[in-house]
Amino acid sequence: MTESFVTSPLFERVERARRRKHKIRETHITLAHGSGGRAMHDLVEGIFLEYFKNPMLDRLEDQAVFEVNGAKRMAFSTDSYVVDPISFPGGDIGKLAVHGTVNDLAMSGARPLYLSAGFILEEGFPIDDLRRIAASMQAAAAEASVQIVTGDTKVVQKGGADKIFINTSGIGVIETSINISSSNARPGDKVIVSGTIGDHGTTIMIARGDLELETNIESDSASLHFLVAEMLDEVSTLGTPDAIRALRDPTRGGVATTLNEIALSSDVYIEIREELIPVREEVKGACEILGLDPLYVANEGKLIAIVSPGIADKIVERMQKNPNGIGACIIGEVKAQPQGIVSMTTGFGGTRIVDMLAGEQLPRIC
Amino acid sequence: MKYIDEYRQSDLAKILAEKISGMTDRPLKLMEVCGGHTHAIFKYGIEDLLPPNIEMIHGPGCPVCVIPLGRTDDCISLALEPDVIFTTFGDMMRVPGSKTNLLDAKAQGADVRMVYSPLDALKIAKKTPQRHVIFLALGFETTSPSTAMTILQADKDKVENFTVFCNHIMIVPSLKAMLDSPDLQLDGFVGPGHVSTVIGTRCYEFVPNEYGKPLVVTGFEPLDILQSVYMIVKQIVEGRAEIENQYGRVVERDGNRKALEVLSEVFEPRRFFEWRGLGSIANSGMKLKEKYAAFDAELKFEVPGLRIADPKACQCGEILKGVKKPWECKVFGTACTPETPIGTCMVSSEGACAAYYNFGRLSKIAQRSTAQV
Repeated sequence: MTESFVTSPLFERVERARRRKHKIRETHITLAHGSGGRAMHDLVEGIFLEYFKNPMLDRLEDQAVFEVNGAKRMAFSTDSYVVDPISFPGGDIGKLAVHGTVNDLAMSGARPLYLSAGFILEEGFPIDDLRRIAASMQAAAAEASVQIVTGDTKVVQKGGADKIFINTSGIGVIETSINISSSNARPGDKVIVSGTIGDHGTTIMIARGDLELETNIESDSASLHFLVAEMLDEVSTLGTPDAIRALRDPTRGGVATTLNEIALSSDVYIEIREELIPVREEVKGACEILGLDPLYVANEGKLIAIVSPGIADKIVERMQKNPNGIGACIIGEVKAQPQGIVSMTTGFGGTRIVDMLAGEQLPRIC
Repeated sequence: MKYIDEYRQSDLAKILAEKISGMTDRPLKLMEVCGGHTHAIFKYGIEDLLPPNIEMIHGPGCPVCVIPLGRTDDCISLALEPDVIFTTFGDMMRVPGSKTNLLDAKAQGADVRMVYSPLDALKIAKKTPQRHVIFLALGFETTSPSTAMTILQADKDKVENFTVFCNHIMIVPSLKAMLDSPDLQLDGFVGPGHVSTVIGTRCYEFVPNEYGKPLVVTGFEPLDILQSVYMIVKQIVEGRAEIENQYGRVVERDGNRKALEVLSEVFEPRRFFEWRGLGSIANSGMKLKEKYAAFDAELKFEVPGLRIADPKACQCGEILKGVKKPWECKVFGTACTPETPIGTCMVSSEGACAAYYNFGRLSKIAQRSTAQV
């Protein structure tokens, strides 16, 4: 029934329109611009890339990679944390601020070294809470073997910010000649996820307390660079240093958005299988009630790896030996055509497109 | 998940799909009325399992999609009233009015909050007595009983800073309007599921009796929908047109008496209510009865109340009735896309056009894999 549509010039026109550089049409920032989906992409491309344009930024990776004195390659990244509530099962804003930036560095294959921490505090914020958050940041940093070496503090008047916002930047060193990038995926490659998806986002939704749901789901917030180091060690031992093509941590926008970004950057088609994707029963249940799709729910301690098919099983085995990769498994593969698209074979036997999130993922009423 | 996975078994789906394929070669157009069904059809890829002669037409049952432009503008105007907290289900945030949407209104300073139930809105009203809380009530009989219960609760608790902007609609008049349309080309209905838990199945009897079309009340899991398609096709092949209830585990013939009582206590039909893409349908909307006028936002606040015609280029009406294919619309995929929707069918991810916009790419995948074999 759709054949005439697919073969018509209109289909090509729609596909061209889809890939067109998006413009910012809105006159104001809305929450959708922060959701990690398409609106945020439009914002980044339409404003920040427009003005900051340079080759390093244009790659749109989670971190910039550059050489120092023509020798060592360094990775540099920054991220801000505004999570509400500031404490939740499995973590708090401080721990998240360390893990998030460490992971952004790790996804380039870098060993994170130093972090900065900038605090924006709302007048009236309890010192005890700040103390707890700082302690939690220090614990997370020590566990990750990074040091917080510089920082900044600003206080704004009540209402000028919500309790506490934290920015962390990080710098790391890439010790091998590996080249990991979202644009390196090739047909035939396998898609690996390091464990169950959707834990963090679901935890936060429930911790906000509007839903009056009680569960034992915890955020998966964790530093992933030790896991990445083991993966790099594995491919180096196998003598295939280029076998890890791309690494991403699927935070805002979830696995779906991350895979779409890879499919677009690498001009490939990614096909995943629903039955292979690990999702905790509690997360499935909560998402079912809330009308959310775990594929679009944020993770803070998981990574997606695109690896060459020959070593995929070996990498998975190695990942499973690391506490943060116990649930690692292959969830799909990369194909050539149609480019820039992600689809999923459902457990029910059908196929559906897994598109980028168009706005914020909102609970449905029908 | 227990009691859910059972309804998602792919081996059973294959058996059902094969049965359906062998029943007839006749081209059949079946409409699923509920947005929830449309959502499940795309989420599980059910169309992949159906033979090419059976086409699903995605009906007007997404209550968000059928809110007319003028009413959306009214929502935004209410949200911008001073000292108002405007509460809504999340779905409505991105639905475009004639100029802007609620998400933009929020960005421009309106206090718009997402709630999961009208009772949450009432809770906000009790907590912030110095401000007025408006709840945007919308949906079919699935959601209207909870709005009615909330109004009764507000009345009992004498809450004075709470009103409802009522956009509730009824399924039966809209089905009638569809069936009365001269260019309708449908062979049967995958009938409403959750609406029917409230109103029962008896009220659909006019569909087979007066219009000769089968209707099967259907659940929302993928096997429910496949089984329902099987039941409809079986009726057609056997020359029957009846009401059947596939969703017997929750739907009873007479519906939910308590919910119906509450509905008739609080609401009465509006003489006319406009549906986006379908025009005005007599007696299809609900409004608050005189007795509960104190909770009616339309009486408490002035709203523009303009009737704004759908853009001329937009052919949503024909698409909803299955007369036109989404891609036969002039603006499909070019001026009208999921990011910048013009018409109702592109607004929500379960609208027919938005679905096709993605589905077309899927067909490309299908074509390619057949070519490889």
